Amino acid sequence: MKGHFLTALNALAVFAVLVGVWQAFAWISGTPAYVLPTPLEVAKAIAERHATLVDSLLISTTSAAGGLALSIVAGVGVAMIFAQWPWLRRMLYPYTILLQTVPIIAITPLIILWMGSGTWPVTVVTFIICLAPIIANTTQGLISVDENLIDLFLMHKASRAQILFKLRLPHAMPYMFAGIRISAGIAVIGAITGEWFAGSSRVGQGGLGYSIMYASSQLQTAYLFALVIAATVLGFSFFFMVMSVEWYVLHNWHESKRNARAE
Amino acid sequence: MSETIPEIAFNWVDKRFRTGPPVLENITLTIEKGEFVSILGPSGCGKSTLLRMIAGLTPLSAGEIAVNGMTPVNARELMSFIFQDATLLPWRTVERNVDLGLELEWATRAVREQKVREMLALVGLSAVAGSYPRQLSGGMKMRVSIARALATRPSILLMDEPFAALDEMTRDRMNEELLRLQREHRWTVVFVTHSVAEAVFLSSRVVVLAPHPGRIQEVVTVVLEPERTNETRASESFEGEVSRVSKILRGAHNA
Repeated sequence: MKGHFLTALNALAVFAVLVGVWQAFAWISGTPAYVLPTPLEVAKAIAERHATLVDSLLISTTSAAGGLALSIVAGVGVAMIFAQWPWLRRMLYPYTILLQTVPIIAITPLIILWMGSGTWPVTVVTFIICLAPIIANTTQGLISVDENLIDLFLMHKASRAQILFKLRLPHAMPYMFAGIRISAGIAVIGAITGEWFAGSSRVGQGGLGYSIMYASSQLQTAYLFALVIAATVLGFSFFFMVMSVEWYVLHNWHESKRNARAE
Repeated sequence: MSETIPEIAFNWVDKRFRTGPPVLENITLTIEKGEFVSILGPSGCGKSTLLRMIAGLTPLSAGEIAVNGMTPVNARELMSFIFQDATLLPWRTVERNVDLGLELEWATRAVREQKVREMLALVGLSAVAGSYPRQLSGGMKMRVSIARALATRPSILLMDEPFAALDEMTRDRMNEELLRLQREHRWTVVFVTHSVAEAVFLSSRVVVLAPHPGRIQEVVTVVLEPERTNETRASESFEGEVSRVSKILRGAHNA
């Protein structure tokens, strides 16, 4: 407990020093606010425009969370199919890799072209970039089960469904969470990239990505900083949330979570 | 289960994998109901393969195996397999691990609860029913594995070096307990080991295998009182039997 407190205190001290240095630099160098606003100006921008800021943040959160959730459902589903039918896996697995290597920036305009603007295409963009890590990791977990355990299940005349749900799936949990952790990080990037292209000024459709574009074109640099902070907070919360769920699900039995419990 | 206690019969069984030399050749062997038979031999002589064939987990290349007159796969209901490592599911508590076989075989909730309690008491683990496997010692894990195997009321136990990873004292104690339970329940046990002393202490007969290809060197009937305790190990007749079987095993090695 004491250790956690000290760590938090240290992190806070580092933050205070950085902000101080930034404020001092802006003052001394006399850089214009549209190039480098001071922390105070950023704080003022947040205070004045917090309503629109929160709106944008909520829109991006919805798209990112929706895309991530869809990719978990679809990714785990595909991985289960891959585990049950190895020939299908051998046939389709290369395309999972392909999915990962397609630059999202390049296909986003296509998706907008097909789906129009708004939050749905943004969710789809997020879904696409989140999918590959979840498929790859979960599949790995489902197929790396100890042969003896499979024999044990066979001795009890287990069906393929029983082996999948009572053996492969629980065994794959730590792998699946590793994949979701990666995807949670990139989900926010996906949403912002999508909004960059698909965002619209219509109320309730802008999102952080659109607002970043807009603020930058208007040289509202202090607000731009506020948006960057919001995006960072969003990414961090996603990561933290996945970590929490992972700990909750795995801490009783999985090696990697033992130390967290021992503290 | 049924009143008839089954036997195991090997009839000119061969095993070879697609590549490489044959693993087992001309195995003919009959194991009677309620017998405790050890399979002894140097590593790589096909001991485990032989055991896995009884369970129907490895197909034969030639010959046939009958378990209580049935094919191994059809006779699985009568058998439980105990592996060298405890093969527990780490995400399940001790009692849920013991429950596994019953759950897979769709036993009713009442039967499962009663059986699990009974088995945990039998192996002396009632106090840790709610613990996870990682919290247990090697010996305790093996007890859980045995409790799980016994929960489905098998009449044949197939054990593949189950105590090889344990320290000697734990191993001796587990041997005594196993023997006591076997006498009580009249199980047929096929026990793979590479320890001569363990094989002699436990078995009514020891099947000594010779390697390359795996074949039966000799089937030794152990001449000891059926009642065996810790004192048995210190007796002269025990030492005599151990050295007799050791000599046969060395002969098999050089054959």
